[in-house]
Amino acid sequence: MNDSSPSPSLTGQTVESPKQLSPRQPEPTLSALFIAFATISLSGFGGVLAWSRRMMVEERRWLTPEQFNEAYALCAFLPGPNIVNFSVIFGSRMRGPLGGLIALAGLLGPPMVLIIILGALYAYYGDLPALRRALVGVAAAAAGLLMATVAKMSRPLFRDRAVVAPLIAIATFVAIGIMQWPLALVLIVIVPVSIAYAWVQR
Amino acid sequence: MKDEAGTLVILAGYFALMSLFAIGGANSAIPEMHRLVVEVRHWMTDRQFTDSFALAQLSPGPNVIIVTLIGYHVAGLVGAVVTTLAMCGPTCLFAYFVGRTFDRFRGAAWHAALAGGLVPVTLGLTAASATVVASAADYNWIGAAITLATAVICYWVRIHPLWVFGVAAVLGMIGAV
Repeated sequence: MNDSSPSPSLTGQTVESPKQLSPRQPEPTLSALFIAFATISLSGFGGVLAWSRRMMVEERRWLTPEQFNEAYALCAFLPGPNIVNFSVIFGSRMRGPLGGLIALAGLLGPPMVLIIILGALYAYYGDLPALRRALVGVAAAAAGLLMATVAKMSRPLFRDRAVVAPLIAIATFVAIGIMQWPLALVLIVIVPVSIAYAWVQR
Repeated sequence: MKDEAGTLVILAGYFALMSLFAIGGANSAIPEMHRLVVEVRHWMTDRQFTDSFALAQLSPGPNVIIVTLIGYHVAGLVGAVVTTLAMCGPTCLFAYFVGRTFDRFRGAAWHAALAGGLVPVTLGLTAASATVVASAADYNWIGAAITLATAVICYWVRIHPLWVFGVAAVLGMIGAV
């Protein structure tokens, strides 16, 4: 399935020109959009970000790594679930309002059906200890996959910019992930600094 | 019947309102969902809510899918659809218009500054959430080893991550983690 996808390498050689603005593949059809987002969704054990990036950047190559980062950053700062927002923004960018709706339906429809079936089964059979233990293993792996995805997403940042942008990313990580300072407080300080720096650098 | 319609309206109204404050994903709204569904309305017991959360984690798909299960529990299939639409509809519309506007100004100076400024912060936030997820998931050294091995394999090796997940699931099922 993924044999054709570029292998992520240490040097990021498989990624083509970093400043490239248009996606490398033609715009997807509506059915391709639906299938892509349904696949992301049904693979998405323990979070869908990793699977979205894999599909968009590595498998279908509809977005460059930079374009994915930019779209994801926008979605992360909008209210609502990030990847749900991403499906609407990406789908409508490709195929207009209908594209947004189809991408959203692909992302939400199949897991909705699945979880209702699971919920009904659970109501009949009660506790599922073996499945729950399996989940503990999958959760540990999902955390690792998220780490790998963050590392891949960070490559453009460390490649084509100077020191400040990586420092901002590291500072945000330390403040929230290690110091566990309040999110709102950290963002109020660091977002304006980061945007101001990008403004000066543009 | 009237009562059921009333329940649907309350579900829709509450979840639509909640979604507008759910910045950073659906899981940030879990405490508020719990307050409404368990403490205020008594639609579910604490145990049922916890089990729904576990089922939503177990099931593939975005985390927001827990609201489908809550809606299903409270008001059946119609409840499931109404709750999910209420949770995603308003924010999706908002995302649609913001996305449109953002794209229209591609090339403008503020566009580049905003995008360039938000990307590093988002990467830092995502890295932070990865460590939070890992520390919540890793109960023992085998769990930590699975996390580390998955990170290394998925970064450097060209293998579909679901294979890695399968091995991790088996390790969990036999009780190693």
